[in-house]
Amino acid sequence: MAEWETIKPENKALGWFEERLPILSLVHNVVGPGTPTPRNLNYWWNFGSLAGLMLVIQILSGVVLAMHYTPDTAVAFDSVERIVRDVNYGWLLRPMHANGASFFFIAVYIHILRGLYYGSYKAPREVLWMLGLVIFLLMMATAFMGYVLPWGQMSYWGATVITNLFSAIPFVGEDIRTLLWGGFSVDNPTLKRFFSLHFLLPFVIFGVVILHIWAKKVSDSGNPLGIEVKSGADQIPFHPYYTIKDAFGMGVFFLIFAYFIFFAPDALGHPDNYIPANSMVTPDSIVPEWYFLPFYAILRSITFDIGIPGTDITFISAKLLGVIAMFASILLLFALPWLDTSKVRSARFRPTYRWFFWFLVADLVLLTIVGGRKPEGIYPLLGLLGTAYYFAHFLVIMPILGFKEKTLPLPESIANPVVKAAE
Amino acid sequence: MTMKFTKNIAVALIAIAGVAGAASASSKADKEPIKQVWSFEGVTGKYDQAAVQRGWQVYQQVCSACHSLKYFKFRNLAGMGYEDDMIKAFAKEYEVAGEPDDAGDETVRAALPQDTFPAPFPNENAARASNGGALPPDLSLIVKARHDGANYVYSLLTGYSDAPAGRDIAEGKSYNGYFKGGQIGMASPLSEGIIDYEGGMPATQEQMARDVVQFLMYVAEPKLEDRKHMGFSVMLFLLAMTIIFYLSMKKIWKPVKEGKNFYED
Ligand code: HEC
Repeated sequence: MAEWETIKPENKALGWFEERLPILSLVHNVVGPGTPTPRNLNYWWNFGSLAGLMLVIQILSGVVLAMHYTPDTAVAFDSVERIVRDVNYGWLLRPMHANGASFFFIAVYIHILRGLYYGSYKAPREVLWMLGLVIFLLMMATAFMGYVLPWGQMSYWGATVITNLFSAIPFVGEDIRTLLWGGFSVDNPTLKRFFSLHFLLPFVIFGVVILHIWAKKVSDSGNPLGIEVKSGADQIPFHPYYTIKDAFGMGVFFLIFAYFIFFAPDALGHPDNYIPANSMVTPDSIVPEWYFLPFYAILRSITFDIGIPGTDITFISAKLLGVIAMFASILLLFALPWLDTSKVRSARFRPTYRWFFWFLVADLVLLTIVGGRKPEGIYPLLGLLGTAYYFAHFLVIMPILGFKEKTLPLPESIANPVVKAAE
Repeated sequence: MTMKFTKNIAVALIAIAGVAGAASASSKADKEPIKQVWSFEGVTGKYDQAAVQRGWQVYQQVCSACHSLKYFKFRNLAGMGYEDDMIKAFAKEYEVAGEPDDAGDETVRAALPQDTFPAPFPNENAARASNGGALPPDLSLIVKARHDGANYVYSLLTGYSDAPAGRDIAEGKSYNGYFKGGQIGMASPLSEGIIDYEGGMPATQEQMARDVVQFLMYVAEPKLEDRKHMGFSVMLFLLAMTIIFYLSMKKIWKPVKEGKNFYED
């Protein structure tokens, strides 16, 4: 961690305040001119601040939507239509919030993949990485509950499928499900508690984001070379260099985001959610939002019980196994700093890992495809293979690769990226 | 190396986007909707006002016998090019429930612009009873509630035909290859000449279907033109902003690119 610089504002009143609550110093030292940052960060490092920005946009648009939305099964759907039709700029606010969730996930997924490629999770950044995963989990919960609020067919049936999963947990499962429902099926109490939690969780995320940034301040940013900062020559001040670079990235990202809001507001949604929820009619296929598809595929990939063959005895039912696999697929990322045994951080100097990284990306694409299809024909098999490969990547390939891989020589320093061995 | 990484990620993302799009396209109808060109599509798309007005006539004279439009208020007619006094006149032709009178008895009154277009049936059971058990859905959002909605509704309305050989069609149902399962509880609602268009346009089945789709799209999204209009300004603004940020970045970063050392040690 770089030395902490104290700011002494010229302005008397400001100085008085700063002495009592050094907020300017905080900004100065965390994302300001007093924040030495590796000079070689590439555009993949833009997505952290973009994710933060999306969180702010979601909170702001969400707070206004909540002023007009009514969490009651009788009128929830109508109240959303009323927002779009009769509230000033409601037609803008709603697609902004709905597509905002998608773009929040896009930013976060790229941010996570960046971390996987450049080994950002490795010492000394394990806690930084884990806090990121906590944010990711909270985001998933928030997005899932948010999708229930418009009370369309997909809202209702998505909520039914996902909450039913919890009943697979031994002993306490049924109780957990009842607690989520607030009754004996997805109904009015469910909608009301989901609304309440959907409002609350973003602020919890905000809190964890602060911890995440704090941890970043302590361990400093990583960089594409994955080597430590050796001297001042390796660094530049965060402001103005990375603030302007982030601003440019924001411009590009917002252009794409705006395109979706204004010209394709329903492209990422499902038409069935324009049909009011109806517990008597099951949709053709129940699919979650695109950002959940890989995990949904993992969930559905397991279709066999584990037990003693040839008897009726089952230890773990297929359903429970699917639920375990789905949660494990994310929870195991918490152990990644230790599962990856390589001494080298960046995939730039890990020629074999680079291949496996792209295999993993391909596997996630495959799982996304499978998650969106009905479990018929070839898809269940593909889902099972994709799931198996996903776990193999983290539990088998990563640990072994660290020992076997012949890594490339690391450069001497960030400022002088000449390969050491070449000297 | 970064370039390759960039390219690879781009390819992966495009693949995911394509998949997510295709993923929702699961339908069990015999035929895929016929592709039509619609004036409201595309980034500069607008409603064809004359067609929307004709479609409103089709809805009023045909569809409104069975289908409600619960999010459509008479005042929404303003967005279709009607003047206030015309809207009042339109509304006056319909009756809606009024406030109870002094004795507490129910009353009816002529509709006002702020009223919703009255539904043909008082409740779901009545609607089913009149339609051989099938429920005519509310049409306010129908174009958005179906995959490829505009083409779908058009195809459905023009897609009645004899059932393929060997296919049994239940009493009171019709065969329609675009409908999920093929058997629909709505008899073909549009037959040639069923409407006398005000402008004298020949009322072919295709014409009426196209017009009513324009109208239903308008009902589903009255703010479509505002949205696209504002979209242009916003995108232009963002583009200018992004270019300014880019140029500033190039200028600010110059010393860094030239290898300037900011810290002593
Ligand atoms: C005589 C009553 C009647 C009239 C008139 C009528 N419909 Fe229908 N419509 C129905 C019924 C009943 C259904 C439900 C069919 C079913 O579910 O099998 C239906 C269903 C529909 C559907 C939904 C198909 C789907 O995918 O679920 C659309 C769209 C539709 N009608 C459009 C129209 C339009 C447009 C008009 C006017 C041109 C119209 N209808 C006139 C009775 C009617």
